[in-house]
Amino acid sequence: MSGDTLLSVDRLTMRFGGIVAVNELSFTASHKKITALIGPNGAGKTTVFNCITGFYKPTAGAIRLTHDDIGDIALEKLNDFRISKLAKVARTFQNIRLFPGMTVLENLMVAQHNALMRASGLTLLGLIGAPSWRIAEKRAVDLAKTWLTRVALLDRADDAAGNLAYGDQRRLEIARAMCTEPVLLCLDEPAAGLNARESAALSELLLSIRDDHGTSILLIEHDMSVVMEISDHVVVMDYGVKIAEGTPQHVRDDPKVIAAYLGADEDEAIAVMESGS
Amino acid sequence: MTASTTHQQPSASALNPGFILKKAVISAAVALVLFSLMVGLRTEAGPSGQLIYWTRFGDLATMVAGVFFGSIAMELLRYWWGPVGTDRFVTPAMRSGLATAGRLVAPVLLVFTCLVPVIFYNQRYILDLGILVLTYVMLGWGLNVVVGLAGLLDLGYVAFYAVGAYSYALLATHFDLSFWVCLPLAGILAAMWGVLLGFPVLRLRGDYLAIVTLAFGEIIRLVIINWQSLTGGPNGVSGIPRPSLFGIPLTAGEDGLAARLGIEFSTTHRIVFLFYLILALALLTNWVTIRLRRLPIGRAWEALREDEVACRALGINTTTTKLTAFATGAMFGGFAGAFFATRQGFISPESFTFQESALVLAIVVLGGMGSQLGVALAALTMIGGFELFRGLDQYRMLVFGLAMVLIMIWRPRGIIGHRAPTIYLQQSQAISSDLVKEGHG
Repeated sequence: MSGDTLLSVDRLTMRFGGIVAVNELSFTASHKKITALIGPNGAGKTTVFNCITGFYKPTAGAIRLTHDDIGDIALEKLNDFRISKLAKVARTFQNIRLFPGMTVLENLMVAQHNALMRASGLTLLGLIGAPSWRIAEKRAVDLAKTWLTRVALLDRADDAAGNLAYGDQRRLEIARAMCTEPVLLCLDEPAAGLNARESAALSELLLSIRDDHGTSILLIEHDMSVVMEISDHVVVMDYGVKIAEGTPQHVRDDPKVIAAYLGADEDEAIAVMESGS
Repeated sequence: MTASTTHQQPSASALNPGFILKKAVISAAVALVLFSLMVGLRTEAGPSGQLIYWTRFGDLATMVAGVFFGSIAMELLRYWWGPVGTDRFVTPAMRSGLATAGRLVAPVLLVFTCLVPVIFYNQRYILDLGILVLTYVMLGWGLNVVVGLAGLLDLGYVAFYAVGAYSYALLATHFDLSFWVCLPLAGILAAMWGVLLGFPVLRLRGDYLAIVTLAFGEIIRLVIINWQSLTGGPNGVSGIPRPSLFGIPLTAGEDGLAARLGIEFSTTHRIVFLFYLILALALLTNWVTIRLRRLPIGRAWEALREDEVACRALGINTTTTKLTAFATGAMFGGFAGAFFATRQGFISPESFTFQESALVLAIVVLGGMGSQLGVALAALTMIGGFELFRGLDQYRMLVFGLAMVLIMIWRPRGIIGHRAPTIYLQQSQAISSDLVKEGHG
């Protein structure tokens, strides 16, 4: 079933007053693939993300999620929290949004809220300490430990999330999103502010999420080394419209993309693109 | 201990007598200008309406000297202690020390509280004060759910206290229901009002939320005053039945508890009973809150305080999360209200003014938002401490206010500012208050 469409965005338009942030954008993301959404600053990438994850209500257009386990869901009709709860779409934020005053482990427990809420019998079973709740809680801790191991933060589990280094916070946010057990993981610039070594580790983590866990990834990223290395499919946006789409190789050689990225100076653009590969 | 740490960081904090003296002189000069008219000159209307005045240079000199030497003392303290609010106050060693002390404080306090009626059996005043303190501990713990955990600033908490009190008073006087039947009903009714308040304020945050909750508190009070046919208006409800020990009244009659036990009747029995009743209610509040914190709903409250947007991204329904926080806090307020009504035997709208909301909120903030022990200590300080200063007559408010200011300077995030994690793998580490958010509504 690889190659099937997981997410299809159809003529998505988002207006803020007179400003058209996204204009009739259509693209698809496939099952168990990494789809990258790139473009210069202000191209409307994060707006697309906010529409997909329900933080904005699109002015027009349709966003459809199709998955064997959860069926066919029109995301543009759902609220933000329902998209995570029902459609199993998780996201991270450009400016990291952890719960800084809670420990790393607590952050991951909050991510499993809906599953734990059911297990605790909407709090009542949990309040009396029913065995079924204890088992569920232990399982939740195990899931958290699994992800902490995968992002190499297990030894920091009892530290406050706000005390982690920047790169660790980025990885924790991904682990937290993965603890919701999503089918689609939306990452908003996960490599921003990371050094070369951390970026490489991130690429590895994202590939392992795709391959070992079968979670599809939608990625906004400026770090071309990450995009070119791990993406299966790249969508390029500029001024709210799609200007190119295809494999990383294909997009990299597209003159329209090069022009959009660095004005009309193609030589410089090519230099940047090549340095990334 | 503190001095040694300051010596390790020299430079800026070196002792500079010239600077200290200069600062003291400037402070004294400002004090002289301010006080010369306010204190130095006393004016009064004479017997025939003319102005009479006299000078009080002695008092003026005392005050200016006080400011002068106070400034020097302050600077010396600053030199010895280092700047206020630095990490020095929560060095790891101190933090673990505090944690150990904290673990000891709670059991010691609990055992002492249980023994209060035994130790002070003949001192009615102490018992009454204890009941009052425990009532505020319970109210503080109830509001702590809303303000401390969920980070929703509620200035109208007294409304739920009032709903609980009137629920019991009216149900008991009109339908002859016993206290033990009315207690859960009062809690449920208050929780219902909590949800009712919750709905309109769901979209509001911070200051706006505070204003609407403040208005809600006033609305409830005004409804109680004006709905004369039901609530008796400003006259209140009187003749509220006293609680019974599982059906056995605590009266002097033949079927009273004293007669049944074959001991001599004393009014103190009822006071002691009320003391243990509010203690049990407060401990129930505490137990439930501690349990809830370790359940998904409690973690969701705290996550809501930390970052609402991230909560929604994780699939948490922030609407129901907020409503449950309001309802839970309100329910405990309702229990406390029912207790208040049965203890007083008479309630009127005057007991449920904004002053009460402010006092309970002050207890939560002073205690350290989210900390159960902190809230208990703060209630003890605010209610008990206030009584302690009774001997100071008209300076009571002044000393009390000064004490509060000093506590907030010393511990800006409350008596217990750090947060205890709800779950841990290896070791529970207290989280510094610098990281914990206060919530924005």
